[in-house]
Amino acid sequence: MENNIVDLAIVGAGPAGLSAAIEACKWGLSVVLLDEQAALGGQIYRGVDAAGKKRRSVLGEDYSAGAALTKAFAESGARHIAGASVWNVGRDMKVNYLLQGASASLQARYIILASGAMERPFPVSGWTLPGVMGAGAAQILYKSAGALPTESVVLAGCGPLLYLLAYQYLHAGVTLKAVVHTTQRSDYVRAVKHLPSALRGWRDLRKGLRMLAHLRRKQVPVYAGAQALSIQGTDRAEAVSFIHKGRVHRIESSLVLLHQGVVPNTQFSWSLRARHAWSDTQLCWVPETDEYGQIEDSGIYIAGDSRGIVGAKASALQGRLAAVTIASKLERIGARDRAIREKALHVDLYRQLHIRPFLDALYRPPAEHRIPQQDSVVVCRCEEITAGQIRQYTRVGCQGPNQTKAFGRCGMGPCQGRLCGLTVTELIAQARNVSPAEVGYYNIRPPIKPVTIGELAA
Amino acid sequence: MHINDASLCRPLFTAEHSLPSHTVTLQFEDESISVPAGITVAAALLLKGAGHFRITPVKSSPRAAYCMMGVCFECLVEIDGKPGRQACLATVREGMAIRRQQGASELPPLAEENQNGE
Repeated sequence: MENNIVDLAIVGAGPAGLSAAIEACKWGLSVVLLDEQAALGGQIYRGVDAAGKKRRSVLGEDYSAGAALTKAFAESGARHIAGASVWNVGRDMKVNYLLQGASASLQARYIILASGAMERPFPVSGWTLPGVMGAGAAQILYKSAGALPTESVVLAGCGPLLYLLAYQYLHAGVTLKAVVHTTQRSDYVRAVKHLPSALRGWRDLRKGLRMLAHLRRKQVPVYAGAQALSIQGTDRAEAVSFIHKGRVHRIESSLVLLHQGVVPNTQFSWSLRARHAWSDTQLCWVPETDEYGQIEDSGIYIAGDSRGIVGAKASALQGRLAAVTIASKLERIGARDRAIREKALHVDLYRQLHIRPFLDALYRPPAEHRIPQQDSVVVCRCEEITAGQIRQYTRVGCQGPNQTKAFGRCGMGPCQGRLCGLTVTELIAQARNVSPAEVGYYNIRPPIKPVTIGELAA
Repeated sequence: MHINDASLCRPLFTAEHSLPSHTVTLQFEDESISVPAGITVAAALLLKGAGHFRITPVKSSPRAAYCMMGVCFECLVEIDGKPGRQACLATVREGMAIRRQQGASELPPLAEENQNGE
């Protein structure tokens, strides 16, 4: 085991983590960045350094922009530990991780957690079948392996990433059998309230509109305002069904890509026993921090999407802001420089966050696809616990997610609740007729990645 | 439930370059497969048509990679005799032997032991 003390340990090599490292190095901090993947970039810039011309052209300039960040990181002097699965972050500033089958640790003065986002679970009938994946997952497959669907494919759900992937697939020559989106007229009405602020983020808006226009031009069948989505199949996906304008549709497809937005990956902040608030706008938990992202007075900061969904550009700015604050605490940056730097970052951040309320309102995933009403829908994929079972637990006194574990091992499989936690919270809240905040979340304890005794001893 | 256990079926994904410049050869179940170097085991199995990656321990249902980023644990396979490996986090290596995860892995449950403070 290593025992070097570094000024700053960063977990996560996406926009927030990379930017934090670059900023911290600029002020002379010693920085170690740990990431589970083999290469830099997180999921948004996944494989950007290895991607050739064609892949970069298909994925667009927002993706290619990541190469500037990985280059700046490579020149920053920060140390990158690739393939490191961090399984514990402690308030004693110790970071434990697995690397090539052995456990190692490092001691830091400050820590920035930048574990990013994950796709929101999409618990509908058939979502566990092989052939059903996240749209984000399919995009990762293209970014990292140049893999594209063999046959025509159905994309279903809502959110910017769904349209982005459709657009990218068209550019790559993939045939889209259908785009089934769940955004309703009422969502537009709700979103319009936020238009004035969104207009200041008009570049992003224009990009979105251009993508939709492209789908129409290419005559992709788009089913808008679809409801009651489900996937059929016995041992793999065979078809997707939904209701559109009062009619039931069934489209055969062996590959169905689902997406209904992304949510913060909060495993670290929960394991640190940080307080979390339920966000009614983003329908997820967000850790409570100060304005720089610090959990209480812990010296542990959170930057980027794992602190609430803000997108890649704002994530990068939050990473820099946290790094500047830490540099100031370590007295590597003077008060004047700090004030100048901080102000510039705040101005940019303010600009980036404008469009968020509009997007949150427009792409709010519908309740029926977050809280399964059909009893047979699997909620906990690991232990195969259904919505009906969880409702049954509440009828016999189960008050919250931690008790569901005792009733039926819900949330106790290898994913440690990552894929069922939000659903379980909302399901119980609905069944008990209380707020998600009152229901709470699972107690997450380290190790947050499976570690074997052999690996610990290695 | 009867699960078609034939090793390979029609792949859901295809590589954009039909002839990658550099490949590695792996063993999947009883077949030898050639895949582009540098990709993850999960990507390799999807490109080769693995169908399912594992059979669940509870209801023996077939599952395959779902998130591709290490959070869902649906892509668990056995790599070089070690069970419970996340295929989406492992990079392919020449000669790697991969098997589907059948039911529960034999990993000792450390999580419970560790709850008393480590």
